[in-house]
Amino acid sequence: MAKRIDVSGLSAFYGAHKAIDDISMTVEPRSVTAFIGPSGCGKSTFLRTLNRMHEVTPGGRVEGKVMLDDENLYGPGVDPVSVRRTVGMVFQRPNPFPTMSIYENVAAGIRLNGDRVRKSDMDAIVERSLQGANLWKEVKDRLNKPGAGLSGGQQQRLCIARAIAVEPQVLLMDEPCSALDPISTLAIEDLIGELKERFTIVIVTHNMQQAARVSDRTAFFNLAGVGRPGKLIEIDDTERIFSNPSVQATEDYISGRFG
Amino acid sequence: MSGVTMNEPLVADDVPRASRPLRQPRLPRWTPAALAAASVALGTGIGLGAGLNSRIQWGLIAVLLFVAGMYALAARVEGRRQAKDRLATSLVWVCFVLAVIPLVSLGWETISRGSKVLDGNFLTHSMAGVLTIQPGGGVYHAIIGTLEQVGIATAIAAPIGLLTAVYLVEYGRGRLAKAVTFFVDVMTGIPSIVAGLFILSFWILMLDFGYSGFAGSMALAILMMPVVVRSTEEMLKLVPNELREASLALGVPKWRTILKVVLPTAIGGIATGVMLAVARIAGESAPIVLLVFGSQLINNNPFDGAQSSLPYYIYEQWAAGNEASYDRAWAAALVLIAFVMILNLVARGIARWKAPKGGRR
Repeated sequence: MAKRIDVSGLSAFYGAHKAIDDISMTVEPRSVTAFIGPSGCGKSTFLRTLNRMHEVTPGGRVEGKVMLDDENLYGPGVDPVSVRRTVGMVFQRPNPFPTMSIYENVAAGIRLNGDRVRKSDMDAIVERSLQGANLWKEVKDRLNKPGAGLSGGQQQRLCIARAIAVEPQVLLMDEPCSALDPISTLAIEDLIGELKERFTIVIVTHNMQQAARVSDRTAFFNLAGVGRPGKLIEIDDTERIFSNPSVQATEDYISGRFG
Repeated sequence: MSGVTMNEPLVADDVPRASRPLRQPRLPRWTPAALAAASVALGTGIGLGAGLNSRIQWGLIAVLLFVAGMYALAARVEGRRQAKDRLATSLVWVCFVLAVIPLVSLGWETISRGSKVLDGNFLTHSMAGVLTIQPGGGVYHAIIGTLEQVGIATAIAAPIGLLTAVYLVEYGRGRLAKAVTFFVDVMTGIPSIVAGLFILSFWILMLDFGYSGFAGSMALAILMMPVVVRSTEEMLKLVPNELREASLALGVPKWRTILKVVLPTAIGGIATGVMLAVARIAGESAPIVLLVFGSQLINNNPFDGAQSSLPYYIYEQWAAGNEASYDRAWAAALVLIAFVMILNLVARGIARWKAPKGGRR
């Protein structure tokens, strides 16, 4: 239940502004792929094109192909809503629904879609998802408390539980730890290691140690200058990127000699 | 310049720097209150002594004494900057008192005069068979009228206003959205008598329907709609975009996201906005005079025949011009204020109950 992503010739625009230019890469199933690069280089934009969230932004437009196994996400007749059910997403800032309890937050993906699920089945899904997100032990006695009452790290794990409850094939994470303290970050990183057994995971991060710790493959993005579109510089096994990258710019960025 | 070397410090160390004291004399905390009391007493004294018969003149003297006295005292004891601060503070207090005086006096007048004939009998009887010069009679028919007219107006205006706001915030792009916003602004400025005249010419004169509570409701709905649109729009804009994205990223369609995530998050504020709009139209009398015609009898059917309403009843009783009808007008005014007050409390209750926050339940 994890799929390969094949991107070819993908460019994304905000109105007339081209944010990323002609990106091609392959994301292997059941692995963690990390995107690194300076701010504004289009990592997050590229991530959002992988589940068609980019076009939610007013003026957002995409050219090129994203193949999920053998289906083009941007092909004719493809419903962005079903794409997003297949490719889930976790955001930078934890964003549990403030009107809902912990239980309802996890059940939200299923309930909001209007799927009728029996109470006992739903209980099982919620428990499985919370266990999957390593949150079950902490919240099992207060499932009816509001999700917004949890700590930041717990909220982020709640968001991960919410995302995996709808059983996606791919999980996109947009700087999931940047708002968290080191201990919560460690918890999330451990979780990513467990989740890659079941999902294809793509993570955007500014923390290069984190990329080195959690990912199997790393992609380095860069931009030629302010206002110029971001480009993929190289993608390779994480070990190679951090020890012996083939492009000089990558080495400069990783070693802190950038710019 | 030959004597200046590179190593010489720009500020010489041996120049004595004025050390500012960190503590300064302060007026005691009770000074403003004491000075206010003294000013009022002095103002009254001067007013009485000089034979000024207008209480407003007494008040002005007291205000001047208070503001000037506070400034002079602070300037003498605390210093210039603190004196300016005191001046601004006392002006703010004076403005606050000026704003509260009408409110308190309105409440006091209405309660003291209105409670004279306000009793169970007054609330449960109409004016049927009661001559205006007689005491007795009641307001029941007007309460029924107001409840039904305002209820129908809300049933028309709230859904339309809500959907318009959802369109403007969630979908509206380009010319159409701008045009809608513009016309909502224009509608906000429509005087109630114009809304009444529009329904009169359209519904009663052109389509040939008779006077009815429903005709009044339509005019009230016109007045209510832009208020609902505006307040709902503001509330929907407050919902963080992250919540919409979180829901969309779960594969929830946009319309369900709006229905299940955006609206519930904003429902407290939306309810408050609708209630305030209701409170606004509950006091309208012009469209009622034109369209509902007014009646002394209980008419439970808003779709057929003349009705009364609270503002109309107040106007009618006051126009009758005698002791008994004045009492009834004041009592009805008290009922109307209580009605609006209860609506506001209900709205606040809903807002508090529904407000999304961390430590709830």
